[in-house]
Amino acid sequence: MIRLTTPITEDQIRQLKVGDEVLLNGRVVLSRDMGHKYMKEQKPEWLKPILENMVIYHCGPVVKKHEDGHYSFVAAGPTTSIREEPYQADVIETYKVRGVIGKGGMGKKTSEGLQKTGAVYLHATGGAGSLLAERCKRVVDVKMLEEFGSPEAFWIIEVEDFPLVVTMDSHGGSLHEIVLAESQARAKALMG
Amino acid sequence: MSECVIPTLTTADVVQSKSVLPQGWKADLANLKGLDLTLPVLELLRRTTSRLPQDVIDALVKGRDAEEEGSRAFNTLNDMVRNIILADGHVTPLCQDTGSIIFWVRHPFGLSQRAAKQQLRAAVVDATKRSWLRPNCVESLSGKNTGTNMDPFHEHHPAVHFEEWDRPEIAISVMQKGGGCENVGAQYRLPDAALGAGRDIKGVRKCIIDAVVKAQGQGCSPGILGVAIGGDRVTGYEKSKELILRKLGTPNPDPKMDAFEKEVTNDLNTLGIGPMGYGGNTTVLGVMAEEMYRHPASFYVSISYMCWSSRRGTLTLKPSGEVSFD
Repeated sequence: MIRLTTPITEDQIRQLKVGDEVLLNGRVVLSRDMGHKYMKEQKPEWLKPILENMVIYHCGPVVKKHEDGHYSFVAAGPTTSIREEPYQADVIETYKVRGVIGKGGMGKKTSEGLQKTGAVYLHATGGAGSLLAERCKRVVDVKMLEEFGSPEAFWIIEVEDFPLVVTMDSHGGSLHEIVLAESQARAKALMG
Repeated sequence: MSECVIPTLTTADVVQSKSVLPQGWKADLANLKGLDLTLPVLELLRRTTSRLPQDVIDALVKGRDAEEEGSRAFNTLNDMVRNIILADGHVTPLCQDTGSIIFWVRHPFGLSQRAAKQQLRAAVVDATKRSWLRPNCVESLSGKNTGTNMDPFHEHHPAVHFEEWDRPEIAISVMQKGGGCENVGAQYRLPDAALGAGRDIKGVRKCIIDAVVKAQGQGCSPGILGVAIGGDRVTGYEKSKELILRKLGTPNPDPKMDAFEKEVTNDLNTLGIGPMGYGGNTTVLGVMAEEMYRHPASFYVSISYMCWSSRRGTLTLKPSGEVSFD
């Protein structure tokens, strides 16, 4: 088990390999479909200091607003990442993002982006919304809440021992490709 | 991380103590016009969103225990069990994607479907306010979220299927169908030359294997499949979802179909996709198949994929007025 704390350096990222288990600590920024479209098309400057050497989490949380106005996460598992495939590599490069958390893995374009900039794809257990919300210790801030709505907003949070698996590394490795190829071969045999 | 978690849920007494239904609440089924379903449906949603059905938990535990201890598959299934316990204990959603909300209402003659729909909608709005449901209803093109889970035109969300029956009780089932698993559902038209799938049970089997390979871990495996054989493009998909309401481990009433389900389940679990697509022996928890009628020229195989967090539940209002949840 490898412990990582954001901000993360390129050197730390380059040491990670497919299959490594990671416990992530520190600041993480949530973003999904609307955020990624916005980042690629408008490249807002204000996000640069927030995202540099940080980790993006593909997640649309269930959020509770408390009476004193502060927020906490009630359920916060990963959403399917492949929807961000058209945007991810650009986002990683523009904002020097070091890691992307999600589920299901991503495609070739993202893999190339990970290799070029020095970033990894970190897989979280889909559906484990309660467990993962418990590891989201604090909501620091939220951006674009009005414009995007709660599931799509940029939630800036602090996580503690957030359990992840490196399924795409910065050297072109992908656990998803390995499992896909093996299951396709097995399916071919089953179908005769 | 690999400590083997035993899935002990809160007792029936604790569940009752957290109910939004007042102690001793009863429905007056003699007066269907005056009946208000809002509160019992709200309670149904509270349970469904936070408490996984026992048969699904049993299947996940069985899958975990068949994986090598300490393996990625074992650890992942163990985290799923851990998550189930937390959500139940805190009464929080099992998954942040609380899904599209689909209701099936079966009722005796005399219930106003229009009034019932309003009450179901009110319960969904309330459950959303309480953070039991995430607002999951957005305008298709702009992506604008209504914030309430309501489709303002009363058409598609929440989806409500009504059926009048001869029995005296009212039964309301709900399914919370997540977006990730909905996206990996598939509909095939047989014959399918690319798959080499003809218009027979072998062809159907090929479609199912193909759909699961294409889905990989993206539908949050281990999944549960509803497979409708026949029907048209709409009724096939509709049936495939309804099939997922069946409890895991209950046999298909059609013995041939039952044998087919078991055989395909075993086949799929040799694919090596495993929990979340990390590799492993637990790719699906079950397959539910049903044969429908079809137009002679069409042969559809419609497959709905439900994630491991198969959130479904049924409330029954008996003629005595008592309410039960299953």
